Amino acid sequence: MTVLEVTGLRRSFAGLRAVDGVSFTVEPGEVVSIIGPNGSGKTTALNLVSGVLRPDSGQVTFQGRDVTGWRPERLAAAGLSRTFQNGRVFGNLTVAENVLIGLTPTLQAARPFSRWRNVPVLRWASLLAETAVALVDPPAVRRELADRQAKVATQLDRFGDRLTPRADLAAHTLSYANRRRTEIARALASGPALLVLDEPTAGMNPAETGEVLEQLLELKAAGQTILLVEHKIDLVMRLSDRVLVLDAGSVIAAGPPEQVRSDPRVIEAYLGKRRPAVRP
Amino acid sequence: MLDTALAGLVNGSSYALLALGLSLIFGVANVINFAHASVFAVGAMSGWWFSVDLDWPLWAVLLGVTAVTGLLGLVINVIAVTPLAKAPPIAALLSTFAVSVVVDNGAQLVFGPETRRFPALLATDNLGLGGLRFGTLDVTILVVAIGLMLVLGWFLRASRYGRAIRAVAQDRDAAAQMGIPLARVQNLAFVIASVLGGVAGVLGGMYLNNISPTVGSTVGMSAFAAATLGGLGSLPGAVAGGLLLGVVEAFGVSWWGGNARTLITFAVLLIVLWVRPSGLFGKRAPLAAEPMTGTFFGAARTVRLRPWQVAVAAVAAYVVPAVALDDYTVQIGVQVVVYAILALSLTLVSGQAGQISLGQAAPLAIGAYTSALLTTATGLDFWLSLPISGVVAAVLSVVLVSPSWRLRGHYVSIATLATGLLVAAAAVNFDWLTNGPSGVSAIPPPTLFGASVSAPLAVYFLDLTILLVVLLLVVRLRRSTLGRIWSAVREDEVAARSSGIAVADYKSLAFGIGGFVAGIGGALFAQQYGYIDPSVFGISVSLLALTIVVLGGLNSPLGAVVGAIVLVGLPEALRMLQETRMLTYGLLLLAVVLFRPQGLMGKVAR
Amino acid sequence: MSLLELDSVSVFYGQTQALHEISLVVEPGEIVCLLGGNASGKSTTMKTILGLITPRSGEIRLAGERVTRSAPAARIRRGLASVPEARRVFPEMSVEDNLLTGAFTRRTGIRAELASVYESFPRLAERRRQPAGTLSGGEQQMLAFGRALMSAPTLICMDEPTMGLAPIFVDRVLDLIAALNRDRGLAVLMVEQNAELALSIAHRGYVLNTGHLVLDGPAPSLIDNPAIRTAYFGA
Ligand SMILES: Nc1ncnc2c1ncn2[C@@H]1O[C@H](COP(=O)(O)OP(=O)(O)OP(=O)(O)O)[C@@H](O)[C@H]1O
Ligand SMILES: Nc1ncnc2c1ncn2[C@@H]1O[C@H](COP(=O)(O)OP(=O)(O)OP(=O)(O)O)[C@@H](O)[C@H]1O
Ligand SMILES: [Mg+2]
Ligand SMILES: [Mg+2]
Repeated sequence: MTVLEVTGLRRSFAGLRAVDGVSFTVEPGEVVSIIGPNGSGKTTALNLVSGVLRPDSGQVTFQGRDVTGWRPERLAAAGLSRTFQNGRVFGNLTVAENVLIGLTPTLQAARPFSRWRNVPVLRWASLLAETAVALVDPPAVRRELADRQAKVATQLDRFGDRLTPRADLAAHTLSYANRRRTEIARALASGPALLVLDEPTAGMNPAETGEVLEQLLELKAAGQTILLVEHKIDLVMRLSDRVLVLDAGSVIAAGPPEQVRSDPRVIEAYLGKRRPAVRP
Repeated sequence: MLDTALAGLVNGSSYALLALGLSLIFGVANVINFAHASVFAVGAMSGWWFSVDLDWPLWAVLLGVTAVTGLLGLVINVIAVTPLAKAPPIAALLSTFAVSVVVDNGAQLVFGPETRRFPALLATDNLGLGGLRFGTLDVTILVVAIGLMLVLGWFLRASRYGRAIRAVAQDRDAAAQMGIPLARVQNLAFVIASVLGGVAGVLGGMYLNNISPTVGSTVGMSAFAAATLGGLGSLPGAVAGGLLLGVVEAFGVSWWGGNARTLITFAVLLIVLWVRPSGLFGKRAPLAAEPMTGTFFGAARTVRLRPWQVAVAAVAAYVVPAVALDDYTVQIGVQVVVYAILALSLTLVSGQAGQISLGQAAPLAIGAYTSALLTTATGLDFWLSLPISGVVAAVLSVVLVSPSWRLRGHYVSIATLATGLLVAAAAVNFDWLTNGPSGVSAIPPPTLFGASVSAPLAVYFLDLTILLVVLLLVVRLRRSTLGRIWSAVREDEVAARSSGIAVADYKSLAFGIGGFVAGIGGALFAQQYGYIDPSVFGISVSLLALTIVVLGGLNSPLGAVVGAIVLVGLPEALRMLQETRMLTYGLLLLAVVLFRPQGLMGKVAR
Repeated sequence: MSLLELDSVSVFYGQTQALHEISLVVEPGEIVCLLGGNASGKSTTMKTILGLITPRSGEIRLAGERVTRSAPAARIRRGLASVPEARRVFPEMSVEDNLLTGAFTRRTGIRAELASVYESFPRLAERRRQPAGTLSGGEQQMLAFGRALMSAPTLICMDEPTMGLAPIFVDRVLDLIAALNRDRGLAVLMVEQNAELALSIAHRGYVLNTGHLVLDGPAPSLIDNPAIRTAYFGA
């Protein structure tokens, strides 16, 4: 089943058409990248897909269900997780706690009757049960916590010795790139059906970007479906199955990476000619 | 009809001037300046002194007041706000509260507490227009107010320092990197705001006729409402909010009488926030700005006590009063305990879930009234009324605060402030239920094993036991998965939602549990005094509760207890100081905040 | 006389030392690149130069004058300007007000400067009334750069000026830096992840590793240094 299907998505801000009739699909196990010049609507498109913003019109289908206008928490619970362009970590929580929060959608024992969460009054039964469980802290919850902590450790290990030694530091003390890694770990923790990444390697140097590329390739090999926005063209080329190019809110090109890369319109609007050396 | 509207506009100008200052300071220092109402009072009192004792003409009075309040604003900033620039914003809220206590009580010492007549420096009834009678005074007030607003608006929009003020408001670090001298800009904002406040004091004094050193508090609350109504930080909003509120109040009071004023003001505020969560003029970004692009404040860590230390303290809390303290002191102990319970409810709501509430007196009042009415009117047993009080307070808390789920940051605080005041106003106005201003009396003491719990020591033991239970409850909640979810809500709502956390649900839950705890506290409160009336649950109680939590350390349950001991115990300990008591209290409070902005039980993050 | 000198500067966050006796200089008219892996202390160095963090020991001089403990504003008045990490535009102010705020320290020539920034970044001119917080990431980056230029600085400190920019804009920004340097003699100290591109316009470079300066030299020698190639070029 198609993981994500977007048709005719539109959103404008005060007359500016940020996303203007965008359609695409993401199939299971695929990595689809969106590239485009600054301000072309990439982040806005991700915000629309992940429920952070509501579209003016158009439809988003996630795993066969129409999820247009769903709230982000509901989408996250349904298996769509994401990172943010500038990074949104929980600054006063430790790195490990940040990742632990990413596991919220998988909570079972600590969150009884979670099916009722979307039912108006009944959801209080679930909330109160969650409170009761938090107070009593039964063995099942403790087991679940231990289990989740193990998962957190695995996620942190993914980044070698970048995060693991800092697991107990408050996230706001991290350097920029390490905050990004924390966020990726948080998004991956719940084993999402679709991972949405907005410029995951911003602020990393080419060597470090290569490191993240390896990690993403590993994920891809393990069958993770990914929707990616990125400006690092080499990474996009190596990772993506398909590339979508946005300009001024509309798709100007789409297809396999090599084809997109040589498309004259893409070169014109996005890639530019290779810089002439301006050595002084 | 028309004259009511005019009176409203004139009165609303004072609100607007005050609201402008609040908005300005809020913008620049990100502080809700509680001392601003005191500036108004100082403006009014010094204006009275210049005109009556010194016999100055109006222009000289205005100039003099400008100098006095401008200086006061500068002093407030230098002493109470600037030193806290690197502390969590809530610390500055607290220190301005302390300053307001100092200034109000200082003014009482200087001018005496009595109400005085403010001389009519201008004619009040010499002009007419199509059947509408008004005076030079009304015209002057309107012209001065609107003129000042226009000048300020131009200054902020187009001048170099005006832009600097706005830049500092939005990102201090980045502003510093533009070469903007932060300290000077913030001083400037405080001086401007306080000058406006002082002028409002004189104009308001002339309009109100009667003034006293505490005149600021009512006007101040309306100004808060006005600033929020218009959109915090929006200057046209502050003006519109002030004028609108003035008119609405004028009509409301002429229809339903003076008692209804608070009810009207804050009901209007809540309704507006419901419809427009960022006020009338506030712009609401579709997405909250990403954090950590602004200045980031690391929260304080909690000082951890060893279990044996806690155990020793608990045992001491039982034993010492029993063997060593007289009844009077034990009664103070009872108060400390009840306030500690109230404060613990805030540790959850404000410390854990990050919703700074300025209205926790509301569930306290609801709990107290529920228990009082059930035990007096229906003769229900206290022990049954106790959980019912908690549940009723919880449910009403959730319902009353629910309009604010969409609100962010300081709007939540103001919305809770409004609910707190609304509940107190409802207790005054709904006589059929609450017996109005005269309150409920002859509330029977609880009985335990057939014995009545009324001796101070018995009451103390009962309350202390409940406090310990609540403490345990809060500690456990904080350490649980649920506690971590609340922290995530506090830190970044957008990221929390994208991690699958239904933010509104968890805010409701925090307010619900907080309301339950406060409701229990209210029931104990009612039984302990045997008598309650609406005045017991004023804004000062809400503020005291928050002060306790902040002083103790927002994130520390034990801090709530320590804070209650200090803040409830201290005024009693200072009783021998008599009339300088509150002044000393304010000064001590200020000193403590400056000395430990992270709270008594908080450690600064590394 | 050097524009900027750091003389064995050490910086701590609480107990942890982030910079170990860093010494570096920027001469007038130079483009100097600060390289280093993540968390190596590049941003900390920049913040220390700007006065947002005070070093525990060592000395900082701007044009020969000691500024080790001066406030940021005092340093900006001496001709320093900053393009902060993660942009830090004033989110609720319009693009134009952001730019004008950048000119806080000057009284004259503001309009002309504004026009020249708009010329360099036409996108900003199109959006002059838009609140800066709603610009896309890359647009904000341009704004941060333009804002720094507004004070007509002699030395500009940039923390990752091309982060989040599309390749075509990366080219433009680097060209612009080179042009400003050539035409106006603007000195630049920049942190840049894309070391190869950055070194292609730089005169000299320094390399930081976990808070220690481990290497410095003329740009061409760094480009050819195999250790640097493997560590930072990813090739
Ligand atoms: N809330 C908003 N109000 C007004 N305009 C907005 C808002 N959000 C985005 N925009 C505008 O919409 C356009 C698309 O923005 P978006 O953030 O999606 O760009 P992007 O493709 O992610 O660019 P970048 O690569 O620079 O991050 C931009 O021109 C931006 O200025
Ligand atoms: N406020 C802080 N408190 C404690 N430690 C901090 C703080 N800010 C930075 N650090 C630590 O100092 C070190 C250097 O951080 P810095 O931000 O200077 O790195 P950087 O070289 O700019 O990295 P990046 O390329 O990721 O931006 C890091 O280990 C970081 O965790
Ligand atoms: Mg983007
Ligand atoms: Mg950095």
